[in-house]
Amino acid sequence: MSALNADELRRDAFRERLALFGLTLPALVLVTITMILPIAWLFSLSLLADDGSISLENYRRLVEQPSYGRIFATTFEISAAATAICVLLGYPLAYLLSQLSPRVANLLMIGVLLPFWTSILVRTYAWLVLLQRHGLVNTWGIELGLWDEPLPLVYNPGGTLLGMVHIMLPFLILPLYGSMRAIDRNYLKAAANLGAGPIRAFWQVFFPLSLPGLLAGSTIVFILCLGFYITPAMLGGGKVIMVANRVANDVELFFNWGAASALGVVLLVATMIVLAVASRLTPLGRIFGGHGP
Amino acid sequence: MVRAASLPIYAHQIAKSYGRVRALDQVDLAVRSGEFLTLLGPSGSGKTTLLMVLAGFIRPDSGSLRFGETEMIRVAPHKRDVGMVFQNYALFPHMNVASNVGFPLRLRRVSKADIAARVEQALETVQLAGYGARGIEQLSGGQRQRVALARAIVFEPRILLMDEPLSALDKQLREHMQIELRRLHDKLGMTTVYVTHDQREALTMSDRVAVISQGRVLQLDAPRRLYEHPANRFVAEFIGESAFLPVERTGDSFFHDGHRLKIRDCPVVDGNCLLMLRPERLQLLGATAPDHLNILRGTVEQVVYQGDSFQLQARLADGSAVALRGVSTQDAMATLPRPGAPVMFGLAPEDTVLLADERRK
Amino acid sequence: MSWLGRSATETQIPHRSRLWLYLITGLVLAFLVLPTLVVIPMSFSASQYLEFPPREWSFRWYESYFQSDKWMQATATSLKAASLTALLATPLGTMAAYGLFQSRLRFTSLAMPLLLTPIITPVVLVGIGVFYAYVRLKLVNTLVGIVLAHSMLALPLVVLVVTSALKSYDMNQETAARSLGASRLRAFLLVTLPQIRFAIMTAAVLSFLTSFDEVVIALFVSGGDNSTLTRNMFNALRDQIDPTIAAISTVMILVSSLLLALSQILGRERR
Repeated sequence: MSALNADELRRDAFRERLALFGLTLPALVLVTITMILPIAWLFSLSLLADDGSISLENYRRLVEQPSYGRIFATTFEISAAATAICVLLGYPLAYLLSQLSPRVANLLMIGVLLPFWTSILVRTYAWLVLLQRHGLVNTWGIELGLWDEPLPLVYNPGGTLLGMVHIMLPFLILPLYGSMRAIDRNYLKAAANLGAGPIRAFWQVFFPLSLPGLLAGSTIVFILCLGFYITPAMLGGGKVIMVANRVANDVELFFNWGAASALGVVLLVATMIVLAVASRLTPLGRIFGGHGP
Repeated sequence: MVRAASLPIYAHQIAKSYGRVRALDQVDLAVRSGEFLTLLGPSGSGKTTLLMVLAGFIRPDSGSLRFGETEMIRVAPHKRDVGMVFQNYALFPHMNVASNVGFPLRLRRVSKADIAARVEQALETVQLAGYGARGIEQLSGGQRQRVALARAIVFEPRILLMDEPLSALDKQLREHMQIELRRLHDKLGMTTVYVTHDQREALTMSDRVAVISQGRVLQLDAPRRLYEHPANRFVAEFIGESAFLPVERTGDSFFHDGHRLKIRDCPVVDGNCLLMLRPERLQLLGATAPDHLNILRGTVEQVVYQGDSFQLQARLADGSAVALRGVSTQDAMATLPRPGAPVMFGLAPEDTVLLADERRK
Repeated sequence: MSWLGRSATETQIPHRSRLWLYLITGLVLAFLVLPTLVVIPMSFSASQYLEFPPREWSFRWYESYFQSDKWMQATATSLKAASLTALLATPLGTMAAYGLFQSRLRFTSLAMPLLLTPIITPVVLVGIGVFYAYVRLKLVNTLVGIVLAHSMLALPLVVLVVTSALKSYDMNQETAARSLGASRLRAFLLVTLPQIRFAIMTAAVLSFLTSFDEVVIALFVSGGDNSTLTRNMFNALRDQIDPTIAAISTVMILVSSLLLALSQILGRERR
């Protein structure tokens, strides 16, 4: 004989779980039909050769054609450089803001949030206005006699990098600032009390404590950079081709779905690997935690 | 005045496991109609789990729960008609006091006029008449406590559950509220199940106390019985202070350190026993040893002054540590033996309580 | 300048030795904010060419924006798509966040990452994947198609914002409401919802912006009468620097700033 009411209670518990699962279901369905299935579809496409047979031809081409290797190298280089510059620019700002009174910090934070909330397209367009051959910077530079001929400030890797750093900086600052705010100030007081000067206190106490937030911020920046499309497309002038641009070109210009899919799958896998490595070092929640206002 | 009928509670073979941990291990509990019963235990003992099972917020793996004649185990919490007061009060900050207290009545579609009247009545009952328009943030801890209570009784539930409702208050207010809660219970008469980890609170307020540990009810008794005759060493240690001395048994005779113990009640347990020594029941003797007492001899180790009382710690000849508590009158303090001096304790037969010694069975 | 000698931190570091930090912070903030604002004066320039400051002012680019059927239609499409995205993603994301928060089940650890994948998946991949799927579902160039894809992108933001609100909310209140006679649904509607409504509004605003600003997916799946504003802007930028874009950009900056201000005010009220 089973325990008193055990079966009925188990059924009730199951029904309740089902109801709660039901709340999540519409969202899961939406993500499944608009993302999981299409990407699975792409994955299956990537395994089809031109003649429709199943093969790894598309992937072999990625390995064999040096142009693809260059694209991946460019993508990783630019992403790494953008992440590094974001860290160099964002860390001091987040550090100072985290030490100010919340009122002042919130006010200055608007300077970070406003670009965050402004369309990437608009911001990239603004860089075009500033940097192109007859753009404002060149006009000013020549008027002031700093240089004679218009400088190639954009439609090259440098311009692309500048635009990407501008877009990505808030993604680094927001989680980093959040984690720095959470650091107990008493640690710094304790360090000072134990005889550490400001520099030692920073490097031996504050910096290590801020690392998880820094890692979370850099990870999200690096991942978003890997898949970046708009800014390289607009500021790269066809000379900076990152993986995402090549994927789009393969589809739009060459109608080569197999190649595009294979490239996309490799990009996605690379992203996942970066994320998996980062999640070993810092809880994933932190990576997403700093999102939004 | 809110006045509610009451119902008895019968919990039968309630079991709940979390993974391999048995939070509730086939618990049986009968609460009498109108009784104030406390679930007392350390944190993690399962007392709150049991209360949540009564309220319906934790679904046990098996068991039966009746309120009066009605089986409730599968009834959703909002249909159980049970008043509940939470540890942190769980008042709704987006509503004022009157809306909070009126909330259960609005759910029951009571008419507006009746709600206003009954809310005011409930607030009066908890001595907060006229506080209806206040916001929750404007209230002190004790006032929030009262609002939570008013909200839990306004719909006249026949059962009231309280989950450590006083733990957030400071000591003085807590002691004041203990007495007030008990007075309210006597006035309202609803069956009350109260959870606390504070043994003094449990003894002060309850008709009966269930001591819970590791998901089991170890003893369910009136406070006095619980204190005087704990069922085992755990209960004795959890309720009040005590030292334990090993006791050898020969038939119906019990010996400590070779001396036969004078006892009033023969313990029902078999085998070897423990002698429970409550510090306030030990008597400090002078040079003579009265015949009617059990005598313990030892050496004073330390005397601690604690304001209203003092504690004298001593070591007996067999190496056991014991403590005696006395009222710190000027006389007593002046005549206390110094550390290192020999000391003699007396223990009356009615205070000589023997417990089963689980470890030496 | 006596404040230079005063201490800036609790560990008595004077302002003087932190000047470099203030300088860097000021420069970085300027770098973040100023370049974008350059489009505002540009949009009021009378010239076809880039001049700063403009020699002559005019509203001609605003006229060319507001009087163009093509731009107006695209704006209408974007506004419709963004509003519908907010209306779809917010309840779906809120329900999912609540369900995941309350269930503490094994599947939660799977469902949550699944719902968050749109954040980290390269958008271009989603774009071509969705295009490929929509061709078969006959959803290319439809408003429904745009709204579905944009809602998927906005969903993780809603889930994150609402989950973080639920984390700082005392769920005991909902339990209390249920003990007082409210069903789970009514407890949520009467007690939880009013207290997390600012987070939900923020989530709705974010969803709106996500859709309104989105380019890549729009490039692939919107077109014809249902081209979005961003799609048309992107295509116009590829050809030449049309100052009309500056006017549109200024309008978009205004919209973002207003929404940001709104969310800040909502955030302040919450406290």
